[in-house]
This record gives sequence, structure tokens and C-alpha cells, in this order.
Amino acid sequence: MTDMLAATAIKPTNERTQRIRASLRRRHTGEAIFRGLGLAAIILALGFVVLLFTDIIRKGAPAFIQSNVHLSINFDPAIITTGPAPVRAAGQSDAEFNGANVKWQRDLALLNWNKVIEASLRAAAPAGYDISGKDILSIAETDARHQVREAFAANPALLGQTTKIDVLASANTNNWIKGNIDRSLPDAQQQLSPQARGLIDQLVASGGISSGFAWTILTNVDSRAAPAASGLLGAFFGTLYMMIIVILLAVPIGVASAIYLEEFAPKSRLTDFIEVNINNLAAVPSIVFGLLGAAVFINYLGLPISAPLVGGLVLTLMTLPTIIIATRGALLAVSPALRQAALGMGASKTQMVFHHVLPVTLPSILTATIIGVAHAMGETAPLLLIGMKAFVAAVPASPLDQATALPVQIYLWQGNENRNFFEGHTSAAIMVLLAFMILLNGTAVLLRSRLEKRA
Amino acid sequence: MDVMAGKVKMTQMSANSAMNPTDMLQRPIRLHAKDVTVSYGAKQALHGISIDIPDRAVTSFIGPSGCGKSTFLRCINRMNDTIEGAKVGGLIELDGENIYDPALDVVELRARIGMVFQKPNPFPKSIYENVAYGPKIHGLVKSKTDTDEIVVSSLRKAGLFEEVKDRLNEPGTGLSGGQQQRLCIARAIAVGPEVILMDEPCSALDPIATAIIEELIDELRENYTIVIVTHSMQQAARVSQKTAFFHLGNLIEEGVTEDIFTNPVNKQTQDYIMGRIG
Repeated sequence: MTDMLAATAIKPTNERTQRIRASLRRRHTGEAIFRGLGLAAIILALGFVVLLFTDIIRKGAPAFIQSNVHLSINFDPAIITTGPAPVRAAGQSDAEFNGANVKWQRDLALLNWNKVIEASLRAAAPAGYDISGKDILSIAETDARHQVREAFAANPALLGQTTKIDVLASANTNNWIKGNIDRSLPDAQQQLSPQARGLIDQLVASGGISSGFAWTILTNVDSRAAPAASGLLGAFFGTLYMMIIVILLAVPIGVASAIYLEEFAPKSRLTDFIEVNINNLAAVPSIVFGLLGAAVFINYLGLPISAPLVGGLVLTLMTLPTIIIATRGALLAVSPALRQAALGMGASKTQMVFHHVLPVTLPSILTATIIGVAHAMGETAPLLLIGMKAFVAAVPASPLDQATALPVQIYLWQGNENRNFFEGHTSAAIMVLLAFMILLNGTAVLLRSRLEKRA
Repeated sequence: MDVMAGKVKMTQMSANSAMNPTDMLQRPIRLHAKDVTVSYGAKQALHGISIDIPDRAVTSFIGPSGCGKSTFLRCINRMNDTIEGAKVGGLIELDGENIYDPALDVVELRARIGMVFQKPNPFPKSIYENVAYGPKIHGLVKSKTDTDEIVVSSLRKAGLFEEVKDRLNEPGTGLSGGQQQRLCIARAIAVGPEVILMDEPCSALDPIATAIIEELIDELRENYTIVIVTHSMQQAARVSQKTAFFHLGNLIEEGVTEDIFTNPVNKQTQDYIMGRIG
């Protein structure tokens, strides 16, 4: 650009030209500085984003790999003393048969299945390997006994037979294999006994323990007794219910209030007052909404504690101002020519809004809404105050059941005692939450471009 | 169309539109305004305008910027209602009916008095939907065939049909400026209004598009009462039969167009026409 100017420049003939040239140079320098600063700001911001994502992925990716112990389980009749499953005898009533069945199931639950697992692990260990029962069981996760029992209950014909069952390795085993714990630490500071560590290494070498994708983190609920089996499913459903509630409540109420305030409400002191308050509401710290939810929804209305319904209502209150402000902004930006065209045709005010103004603003409203909802999804503080940080080891069947949410799960895992193991889990949960958000924002971008093309 | 042809056409047209003055004055009165005042807050924009607008003729309002001609035009279909703080006083009658009667529905009024704006403002919808919109909201069409018929005939009347017949489903905003303005005229006609108000309809258009619109206005006056606000005195002279000159919120002079331009009574009118104020 400057080269071109120089090439076609007229020779400075008088002072006036000189002055213009000097001022031009100043302007160009100013612009160059501004551009440089802008570029630097963007590079800095991008740098932080890259840093954040690399750190989270670096820590979280290993959590998606899980060590599995391949066991050959022998359903030893000496241990499984309940006998075969009850068979329906001739003339037995439904109630009698069911009673027998329940008794059999209860007897199964009372058996010490750990003995079966211990025997199987000992069989996998080299002959004569010296290790205590407690130490050898510390290799597999504590939920292995349920897995083995369920396998037997599903197929009682296995009694006396040997079958292959894969169980999860314990969190400590995972730590040892993945190197989450320093192998050179003295025994006193290790989570596993030297015998167990030695056996793990031998099993890994012999193929008795191998790694696979940790589906459990996506398909299981949270667990404290069996950390390696803990997953996000419960928290995911908690978040899903809350998002549905937020979308069902915040979007129609927010958009409708914005339309009313912007298009229909008479300009008066009252509407000014409402407007100021909506703007203030957007700046209220989210934890205050949590207090409000605890006071109003739980104490006063008697809604259940820890329920996604209450969480959804609190997040709705929090998202409303965002949606109202964004929608009003979008409505305000519609050109007066379009409104005049509609009114001039004899459209009523409602027809003008719904036939012409709203379709034009739909992309902006949609984007604002999705960003508001995504923001609500990542909110933790208000949920802590309405009891959604409770440990819930079940998938909530309805929005009235106790549940937790993805961001709260991150918070809970972050505070878990088994840091070595849960650091990875925390990052993995962040990855799932981020993926969810990217999905939502991606939808917003896609819908926006679609709608804009159509308009 | 080249410029020469356009010029020839324009001269022919002005010959046509020069209606016999007595004939013009004998036409029935469609709109009657008496002592119309408009104020925006403390500022008074119109000071008692009284004028009669003849049926099926073109009446033009001329005058320098800010003289109140557009304000008065917007009183006729009550578009001033939509402006915050605007207050209208006096009387405007359409066929003897007070249009500011509280019992009168403004929606019905605007179905009878259509409007074309300064800047072409088609809806961001298809050409077809633009024209079909008015008849649809006013319940004038019952079936798709009715709508098709009205869309085609309105586009024909606006002289646009041949140009757009193959792309009725394309957005109206994709047309050229002149075509967009004719689409807006078609949109207004589709409702079957009695009066069409035009607020400087050609100010955003090039001379060729302007010539086409002027020709269209001349054809439309066979069936519609047209009121046009214009900055261009040539345009007023070409298309209108009656002219009213506004200045500083007052109606200075009104009369048969030919008289106003050839033999103005008022000194201010004379000055404006001679280009001394404006």
C-alpha cells in the first residue's frame, strides 16, 4: 500500500502537501500500532484457550483408558452353597414360587463372592506366590463381587463350571499401572502392598490385566466404594433434566417478556423501573439465586431437596435476564422500515411482531438463548445451595429425584481423597461437559446460519 | 430503454396528464382535511392544514425539506399514531367519515388507504408472499387460487409481472431498487385500497426507474386516488393534476398543477418554483 503511494506520489511542491504527508505518516503509525495490539490480544487469548484445552485433555484422556482384570471364575459349589435356582414344582402357586426365588437371590447376596474372586486371582498368579487375601483382592475393584454374582444369578447352570469374566481393576491398580503414583516411593507411602504391586506387574506382563476404553465413565453412576467404576451418567441426566426445564421455562417466558416490554408496553416510569431491574438482575451473583431457590422453592413451596426440578427453576431465574436483554436488543435492531411496511399494509401490532419482526430476529434470539442455556449448564454455585452436591449413586428417574449435575460432579470429584485417580476423572468430566457445550454452541451457529440463509 | 426514449415518453405523459382544469375541479372530493395540526412534543410541525383531495387524480405535495408535507401525508393513514409523542388535531374525512373517530379501527383504515414509502421496503420474504400478505391478513382471499389471481393481477397492475413471473418464490429484497418500489406498489394495490399515499417514492431511484414509476402512477390514477409527496417539482408537474405547496408547516397554496406552476398566486410559491427557496 505504502509502496503504491510512493510510486504514484506527486513531488511535494509546497508546505501544505508536506503537512498532509506528515499527518498521514502519523495516522498510518497509529493504525499499525492498533492492529498490532489487536493481533497480540487475539494471540494471547488463543494461547490461553490452547493451554487450557491441552492441560485438560492431557490429564483427562488417560481417564478414558481403564485397566481390566481378566478372571477365570470357578463357581465352586463349596463356596456357592445356595444350591441351584428354584424350579417351579407342579401345583406351586405364583406366590410360593416367587418367595422361593427371592429367598434364593437373598442367599446369593449373603455369600462371600470375594472368595471366588480371590481363588481366581490366586490361580492367575504364579504358583506359590506369597500374598495375603486382603492384598490380592485390592487388585480388583470392589464391585467385582457384584459382577460375578450377577453373572451367576443370570445363569445358575454355571455352578461347578469355570467361565471367563472381565472385572475392573481397582483405582489403586490403575494408579500403579498408569504411573499416577511414583514407583520409587517407600512402601509406607504406597497405596498397595509390595506383593500386590509385584503381582500386578506380573499380570500385566502375562496379559491377565489389559487396558481398554473406559465406557464405565459414561455408562455408570458415581461410586465411592468402587472409585474405578464411578461414572457420569447420573450427573448427565441431572444436567439434562435441568436443561430441559430451563429451555421449557426460560425461553418462552424470556422471549415473551422481551417482546411485551419492547413492542407493547407503554413507556412509563413502571416499565423503566422494570427495565433497570432486569438489567440489575443479570448482574446478580449466581450463588444468590441458589439462596433464593433454597428459600422459596424448597422452604416455602416444599419442593424436594437436591432435585433437578429446583435446580432447573433456579437456573431459569438466572438465565431469564440474559435472554430478555438479548431479545430486546435484537428487536431494537430491526429496521423501522420493516415495521412501517407492515403497519402501512394494515397489519395489527401483533401481526407486525409475529409475521415480520420476530422472523427477522429469530437467529439472534436463538443464539442468545443457546448461549444463555449453555451458561446455565456450566453453573455450579447455585446448585450447591439447593443440595445438588449430595452423593447420588443412581440415575434420576424424574426431575423430582435426587441428582447431581455435571459441573457439580466435577466439583465433587475434584475434592475426592484419591487424588491420583480422581484428577484424571475430574478432567475427563470437564471434557464431557465441554463437549456438551461445544455441541450446544455448534447447534447455535448452525441454526443461525441456516435461518439467516432462509431469511 | 435508453435515456432518449425515456425522455420522449415523459413528455408524452405530461401531455396526457394535463387534465382539463375545470374537469379536475369537478371531480368528487375523496379526502377532506380541515385545520389539521400536528405536534411532536412541544414542537408544532403543522399549523392548521385544510385541503380537499379529488377522487381518481394525482395530488402532489411539494415544498422544501422539513415543510411538513410528509407529516401531513402520514396523518392521512394515521401512521403518525406509531410515532411516540405525536399529537394530531383537526379533522380528516375519507368519504365524509372522520378517520380519527375513536370507533374507527386503524387497521381497516390502512386497508382502505395504502402507502408506499420513500425507501423501497419489501418484506424479507418471497415476491409472491410480499403481494399475498395484505389480502391474507385482511381475509380477502379464501383459496390458493384466489391468492394466485390477486398476486398476478397486482403485479400486472404494477407493471412488474413480466419481469418477475419466473421467480415469484425468490426474495423480494433481491430485486433492483426500482423493481422493489414497484413490488411495494403491487403490495399496496393487492389489498384494493381506494387511496394510495406515496412518500417520495422515487427519491431512492435512478432516472430510468423513476420514469417507469411515474408512468405507472399515471396509469394507476384511472382507478385510485393518489397523493404523492415529492421533492422534485418536475415530477409534480409531470404526474399530478393538483398540487399543494407547503412551507414551514403551513399550506401556502394549492390548486390545479398547471396553474401552480405557470401562474402561482403566492410570492413564496413563486420563489420556490423559481428555485429561490428550498
